[in-house]
Amino acid sequence: MTAAVGVVVFPGSNCEHDVAEAVAHLGGEPRLVWHADRDLGPVDAVVLPGGFAHGDYLRPGAIARFSPVMSAVEEFARSGGPVVGICNGFQVLTEAHLLPGALQKNSGLTFLCQPCEVIVASEESVLTEGVPCGTRLSIPINHFEGNYTCDERTLAELEATGRVVLRYAENPNGSVGAIAGVANDRGNVVGLMPHPERATLPASGSTDGAVLLSALLKSALGRARV
Amino acid sequence: MRFEALVEVRLRPGIADPQGATIERALPALGFDTISQVRAGKAFRLTVEAPDEMAARGQLDELCRRFLANPVIEDAVVSLEELP
Repeated sequence: MTAAVGVVVFPGSNCEHDVAEAVAHLGGEPRLVWHADRDLGPVDAVVLPGGFAHGDYLRPGAIARFSPVMSAVEEFARSGGPVVGICNGFQVLTEAHLLPGALQKNSGLTFLCQPCEVIVASEESVLTEGVPCGTRLSIPINHFEGNYTCDERTLAELEATGRVVLRYAENPNGSVGAIAGVANDRGNVVGLMPHPERATLPASGSTDGAVLLSALLKSALGRARV
Repeated sequence: MRFEALVEVRLRPGIADPQGATIERALPALGFDTISQVRAGKAFRLTVEAPDEMAARGQLDELCRRFLANPVIEDAVVSLEELP
């Protein structure tokens, strides 16, 4: 059985083909979904890829959040479907209130594009299920607004309930709690700044991203079987 | 009635403002050593049609809350002026 993964394409997305390649490489079936579509089609998981949706005008994700496809993504998430936002996709998910907090400019005011070591901090998500806590993964980051922030109460809740999914080994951008990825309360919606799709094919150097995307495909299949 | 509105979106206190901080660091080199506390933000100028000022403010407050500002990191301040 193959997991069908909807990869949403906004005007300005630029990682959709990387995600599709990575998903296909791992045995999934990628399906590109245009942002103006109101229907996701028959998919077992959804990925919002990186890029600059709607030019990142106003704030990253602020306009993408109102794209017609987002109602379907919200509905899919509400029904327990796995939804993962990578980089710009993470920003879209926070703007859409599917994840708490916000991503502000990197504390050093520089665009960061570099390999990055992240540590799995919770197994309670569709992206990390079966990946032991403490697993270190080398996955590249590529962002300007990746500095995760939220109020203290939210942070305490995220920490207490195992919703911090990934943490930077060395905080590159000033994120509170060195957070690189968070999940919603059910663990089926996850946002992360690092790009696992860029560390999946052997040609990309590290293949550590495959650990996360394989877990996602497994979660998607688990759901499809239900 | 028509109103011209100026919406100023500011980073909330405590939210890091690397842009403002970088501008501030450049000031001494330009001789502005008496200027400090620089915060960068955004401003939007727009026109609203509404039956009265309260209704116009109501629309703008909702616009700010839902779109122009992200309440997690930003506050919005609206000033209004009636157009002739």
